[in-house]
Amino acid sequence: MIYFNNVSKVYNGNSVALDDVTLTVTKGEFVSIVGHSGAGKTTLIKMILADDMPSDGTVFFESINVFKLKDGDLTKLRRRIGVVFQDFKLLPNKTAYENIAFAMEAVGKTNEEIESDVPHVLELVDLKDKMSNFPNQMSGGEQQRLAIARAIINQPELIIADEPTGNLDAINTYEIIQILKKINDLGTTVILTTHNKGVIDSVGGRVVTMEKGKVVRDDKHGKYVI
Amino acid sequence: MTELKRIIKAGFVNFSRSGIVSWAAVLVVTITLSVITTIILLQAVLNFSLNEIKNKVDVTIYFTVGAQEDKILSLKQSLETLPEVASVTYVSAGEALQNFRDRHKDDYPTIQALDELKDNPLGAYLNVKAKEVSQYESIANFMKSDNALVTGASNIIDKVNYYQNKSIIDRLNSIISGAQKLGFLTTLILIIISIIITFNTLRLTIFIAKEEIGVMRLVGASKMRVRGPFMVEGAIYGIIATIITLIIFLPITAYLGHNMTNFLGMNIYDYYISNLLQILVIVLFSGIVLGMVSSFIAIRKYLNK
Repeated sequence: MIYFNNVSKVYNGNSVALDDVTLTVTKGEFVSIVGHSGAGKTTLIKMILADDMPSDGTVFFESINVFKLKDGDLTKLRRRIGVVFQDFKLLPNKTAYENIAFAMEAVGKTNEEIESDVPHVLELVDLKDKMSNFPNQMSGGEQQRLAIARAIINQPELIIADEPTGNLDAINTYEIIQILKKINDLGTTVILTTHNKGVIDSVGGRVVTMEKGKVVRDDKHGKYVI
Repeated sequence: MTELKRIIKAGFVNFSRSGIVSWAAVLVVTITLSVITTIILLQAVLNFSLNEIKNKVDVTIYFTVGAQEDKILSLKQSLETLPEVASVTYVSAGEALQNFRDRHKDDYPTIQALDELKDNPLGAYLNVKAKEVSQYESIANFMKSDNALVTGASNIIDKVNYYQNKSIIDRLNSIISGAQKLGFLTTLILIIISIIITFNTLRLTIFIAKEEIGVMRLVGASKMRVRGPFMVEGAIYGIIATIITLIIFLPITAYLGHNMTNFLGMNIYDYYISNLLQILVIVLFSGIVLGMVSSFIAIRKYLNK
């Protein structure tokens, strides 16, 4: 489904973020990418979204070279991917309901669809009673669940979760991972980056280990090794 | 259509939720629109004053004593057909004498001297007003030449006072065109400054939302879907600022109309009220365009991701 072909990224001529990464993710997988801060996990993920350009190499989403996409096509590609960030990246001026409604509006859903789907997905992440709260009126765990709800609302083929539990306590972390596993069970591909050992151990899927911009291990049923 | 409705609604919601930032933007746009309104009113005063001055300039053609009235009148008719001429007034010898007596009624020796003369020593004259101050010269030259307008007209013309007034008229002419140029230049500079300030303020309001813009793009929103609400917000700034500006100028012009009418030469309040619709259209149009275009340009930087 996703194919990194000898991707390198160098910032400012000397800071190497990615060093000749070649990696394949197949449909329906749950891939955890682990590594220390600065190992290149986030840069790798930005490449899939074409949110950053590589210095060298290409990234394919199915048969599409994401760096060759024109603006409109890139928007369409991003609509097929749900993204969850460590810092949630919710829209601060919109309520929980509106944050999710916005993602649906962006892909052109009708008002009827929005009115029926948003409460449903909020219920799924246990936020139904926070529907009209703004993000700053919610806890970190709640905000992250909202971000996940937003990521899955348009039934994407791929969910990218970039350190989704980085700012959360153990209980909230557990909840988030359980939600992600459930999404994966329903057939959506999930790519998760983390440096949390407990998260990797509880997921138990494929683990790709990165170090200084390189992929150093790729285990089918990995454990956290660093 | 749904998209447009959503964009407009989002613009209004963003405006009301941005609170103090929105009102700061409205304030700056209000200042810009006030500058524009002030300039409109100043231009009106300037044009009015210049017209007043222009009306005071004329050329008088004096005729010899005993010139035949029908010749003078036919000359008047010919003059009136000239495209440069705005109006021609005829003052007969008798009227000229009466005017002279009225003007010197407290000047006893002059009146006495006049009484001793049996005949009217004054000739008739024509008062010519041109449409533009710069056209007097050609009218005067026309009169001076032995033209074919009326045969023998030059015989009855005693003198044309243009040459006595020439330097004053020339000076006035250059002052008027200078004032118009200066007014235009000042207007241009003030408007440019205001636009730059407004643009930068709106850029700041969008800078505050730059994270949000990035998130919207990552969620898959099209450029127009992200940009639209900001442009609607810009238009709302313009509309509210227009209303505030026009209301602010009511008491200001009323005060000026009440206290400064003599100084300005016109009642600015009457002018403001009678031209309110045109001013509204100009100010509203400027406000909306300013708000929308500034937002459009300012957001571009954050959209190209």
